[in-house]
Amino acid sequence: MTRDRRLAWINGLLLPLFNVLTAFLATAVVFLFIGVDPIEATKILIYGALGYDEGLGYTLYYATNFVFTGLAVAVAFHAGLFNIGGEGQAYVGGLGIALVALYIDPTLSAWLVIPLAISGGLLFGALWAIIPAYLQAYRGSHIVITTIMFNFLASALMVYMLVHVLREVGQMSPESRNFPEVVWLPFVHDVFARFGYNIAKSPLNLSILVALFFSLLVWFFLWHTRWGFAIRATGKSNDAAVYSGINPKKIIVVTMCISGALAGLVGVNELIGVQHRLFLNFNYGYGFGGIAVALMGRNHPVGILIAALLFGILYQGGAELDFELQNVSRDIVVVMQGLVILFCGGLEYLYRPLLIRFLAPIET
Amino acid sequence: MNDLLFNLILTLDASFRVCIPLIFASMAGLFAERSGVVDIGLEGKLLMSAFIAASAASVFGSPWIGLVAGMFASCVFAMIHGFASITYKGNQIVSGVAINILASGLTMILTLAWFKKGGITPTLQADERFLSITLPGVDIIDHIPIIGVIYRELISGHNILVYLAFAVVPLVWWVVYRTRFGLRLRAVGENPKAVDTAGLSVEGLRYKALLIGGILCGIGGAYIAIAHNAQFTKEMTAGQGFIALAALIFGKWHPYKVLAACFLFGFLDALALRLQGVVLPVIGEVPVQLIEAIPYLLTVILLAGFIGKAIPPKASAQPYIKEL
Repeated sequence: MTRDRRLAWINGLLLPLFNVLTAFLATAVVFLFIGVDPIEATKILIYGALGYDEGLGYTLYYATNFVFTGLAVAVAFHAGLFNIGGEGQAYVGGLGIALVALYIDPTLSAWLVIPLAISGGLLFGALWAIIPAYLQAYRGSHIVITTIMFNFLASALMVYMLVHVLREVGQMSPESRNFPEVVWLPFVHDVFARFGYNIAKSPLNLSILVALFFSLLVWFFLWHTRWGFAIRATGKSNDAAVYSGINPKKIIVVTMCISGALAGLVGVNELIGVQHRLFLNFNYGYGFGGIAVALMGRNHPVGILIAALLFGILYQGGAELDFELQNVSRDIVVVMQGLVILFCGGLEYLYRPLLIRFLAPIET
Repeated sequence: MNDLLFNLILTLDASFRVCIPLIFASMAGLFAERSGVVDIGLEGKLLMSAFIAASAASVFGSPWIGLVAGMFASCVFAMIHGFASITYKGNQIVSGVAINILASGLTMILTLAWFKKGGITPTLQADERFLSITLPGVDIIDHIPIIGVIYRELISGHNILVYLAFAVVPLVWWVVYRTRFGLRLRAVGENPKAVDTAGLSVEGLRYKALLIGGILCGIGGAYIAIAHNAQFTKEMTAGQGFIALAALIFGKWHPYKVLAACFLFGFLDALALRLQGVVLPVIGEVPVQLIEAIPYLLTVILLAGFIGKAIPPKASAQPYIKEL
């Protein structure tokens, strides 16, 4: 094998693998530190997430959210942008979904209403990303900082909307009224029941198909369309993109809109899929989780599906740990997210010098 | 009239209390960013330090031990950030995000493991936390109208960390603008190559800056848990690290301007709290969320260049790669 081939192997496969393993190892150390046997914990976790119907349903349900936010972060990464605002875009996207669901004529067909609700999420998510994108492209304000600020603005906006606008009269808790049944996405167990198969009830709903559909779409868009090429070219080299006639400013705005729109889909799963109403913090943690998913999945839809599944397993398995062991709660997943972001992102090159030295030394 | 004045003083007093962590955290961010390292992990460091400070103060029964432990924890996180972003030249923003998320998860896991309670530490007794100090002469000056009230409510009656915060700002200014280290710090954030050519260590300077930031963030976190409150609670920093970041930008990376921004943001926070549910003539009920959103809005507007221009240190977010 030539040195270039070996380097490609190291960068493409070995390095990410080593990084993920290190993150797992570090989690094991945390387990040991709090006096939990990591092997025992892993067993409980895996059984809880995959061992029975209901657990599996929950796992896939959590994974669905991570697919949306993971794709959102990945699309932005391809243009060299770091969209840290997935949290806010998911939140405001939920508002778009809820507005459609609450104010649409409930006598219309579900085939019309549900796509409209989904579009509401896409649109509002994109809207929440367009201002930071515009400011980055045309005014040079750093997108990381503006999207952080927009997360907090989203939070303030949603509290305001839920407390002052959408809350039902006489209702104490800040949440909207229930959506009409026509916008509810069917649960997977109901769909199966219709065909005569009985599976355990879980929040898993047809959003998972939406997630798969958008994964495919993102893959096709990024690697098989002109726009996708322009986005990746801008991310690789701004100058080269300019020379080939691409307008990077436009690319920034378009990419961020797509990114925000994808994040805005979290509400499809949470709101019209499961809860059937709008409430505070339904998006909690998925936006940031998306960063870990995108980093772990190397910004490729297939990688993201795998990483999202892994985080789904951790979320659901973490709930099982909570239940089974006294010393640990599902927040261990948050620790693990942090470790994945640290080792797959911040410390991405940790093993590179070592691997290059042993596997692809400079030929003299 | 008197009533209004008193209300104003109380609100100002509350702003003092809430802006203290902002001051410590933004000064921490100032060192990091002036050295060319973007630090969005301020929030995580505050949270970690708040938790460790509250735990140590509770276990060892002393706020001072809590303070030192909090500073230590924050420094450990600062060094992780340094290791990733300086030594391994990783993405500084990703590393900062990792620190925030890690802090959020670890505090939850460790409260449960150490104290058997999810997300909180035991309530601290009076001698385990920093209490208000009554400055000398309150009784005498109290008789003077207005000044007496101001002295009693506003100047006296804070805990030691509050006074420390106001002492830290001029100190930071002095270090950054009047010492050799400060000159090098500013140089390394603007043009690391020049610093390198002069035979100084870019990495060493950046590590030092992060370490100072770790210490300052540590004090800020400790203030939140063992001075302003009497225990650690889940996510108790509630985005103050990000507001501090906003203040840092709003103050254009200059200590006194940053202090002013911190105070403005603190005042808005205190005002929002005071105006909760208050119905004003003409306006009607004040939408508290709007007031809470002002710091973020102002920062975005400033960043957009509509009111002045915020220009960060030139080399920020760029790892320094030495040419061979």
